[in-house]
Amino acid sequence: MDINLTLIGQTIAMIVFVGFCMKFIWPPILNAIEERQKQIEHGLAAADRGEEKLKQAQAEAEDIIADARRQATSIIDQANARANEIVADGKAAGQKERERQLAAAEAEIQAETNRAREELRGQVSAVAIAGAEKILMREIDANAHEDILGKLAQEL
Amino acid sequence: MASEEGHHGPETSSEYISHHLQNLQVCKSDSGEWVWNQCAGNFYTINVDSMFWSVLLGLLFIFLFHRVARRASTSKPTRWQAFVEIIVEFVDGSVKDTFHGTSRLIAPLGLTIFVWVFFMNLMDLIPVDWIPWISSNFLGIPYMKVVPSTDVNVTFGMSIAVFFLIIFYTTKYKGPFGLIKDLTLHPIAPPTKGIGLVFAPIIIAFNFILESVALLAKPVSLSLRLFGNMFAGELIFILIAILGLWQLPLHFGWAVFHVLIVTLQAFIFMMLTIVYLSLASESH
Repeated sequence: MDINLTLIGQTIAMIVFVGFCMKFIWPPILNAIEERQKQIEHGLAAADRGEEKLKQAQAEAEDIIADARRQATSIIDQANARANEIVADGKAAGQKERERQLAAAEAEIQAETNRAREELRGQVSAVAIAGAEKILMREIDANAHEDILGKLAQEL
Repeated sequence: MASEEGHHGPETSSEYISHHLQNLQVCKSDSGEWVWNQCAGNFYTINVDSMFWSVLLGLLFIFLFHRVARRASTSKPTRWQAFVEIIVEFVDGSVKDTFHGTSRLIAPLGLTIFVWVFFMNLMDLIPVDWIPWISSNFLGIPYMKVVPSTDVNVTFGMSIAVFFLIIFYTTKYKGPFGLIKDLTLHPIAPPTKGIGLVFAPIIIAFNFILESVALLAKPVSLSLRLFGNMFAGELIFILIAILGLWQLPLHFGWAVFHVLIVTLQAFIFMMLTIVYLSLASESH
């Protein structure tokens, strides 16, 4: 229990240990801790910024979507208008075509009628000649009476 | 129990206790030779067991913490690093709460004191006969006190270092005159003019006595507090060890309680060191 040289030995040991701790233990550990604190701080700040950016991006996306919706609506409107126009054009063209066809048909009918009439005329003259032949019971020179028959046919 | 006796016949309880309280000593005798264990009253004595365990535990602290410090990783700390960081942050927080200057010394000092004293106190939880039994039966060492903080030399050695640091910090922050002023002008301010000037020397002398005692009481109380607690705890362990089979539950109970003392005393030693040094560096 006496005070002896151990006291000085312990003091020296303490100075050595504290010195070592001060030089080689404390600074690196505290550095690591402070570095990590900084990293966490930066990480949180970055997360905040990220959230801010996300919000901006969402707002931007909503703007873009609204814009697109507006554009789509206007395109649909234009398309509808165009479709109506096309339908109207089609109707007009159809009408015209119908009229043209109608006129053509009418003209054809007219021509057909004329041709039939012409044919009938020819046949009528032959019928007339045959009738006359039967009536007269004698031969009549068709060539000699052609002018008369022609006149008759003309009158039909 | 009591198997490490060196002499003949059964050992009495008092022999057992005093044997456990005896340091392994080496000293320079009057004839100039180094002799073992015949050193009563000789200042040039080294308590080999105290020094051995104290330095071994100090090296353990250095080893454990330096390993972390060397590979300190910011992004991927190991579990041990996380644990060491908890201790370091705890000490750092205690220092920052108390000491308001900037010092590269105080925090590492606190850490070293805390962990080192904690380790030294922790040796108290090793059953009292284990290491002495091994050392006497296998190594031929008759005495072995394994708890360095039950040696008053060890605790005084540390508190004396703290005492010199107090002097150093007072001088550093207040100048040499600051130290003298601290010792002479408090707590009663001496009169500086008028008839009261006659009493100034008396007041200064009074202050000086008071403040010197206060200053010297710091290292003494610091070391005796630790020594007293640990010595008493160790003594109770030894007394329990005499009881035969009953020692088992008692030993366990006291050990549980002692864990608290071990930690608390290490913390108090560290905290008071920080407080003394911050008092030294702040003006009143």
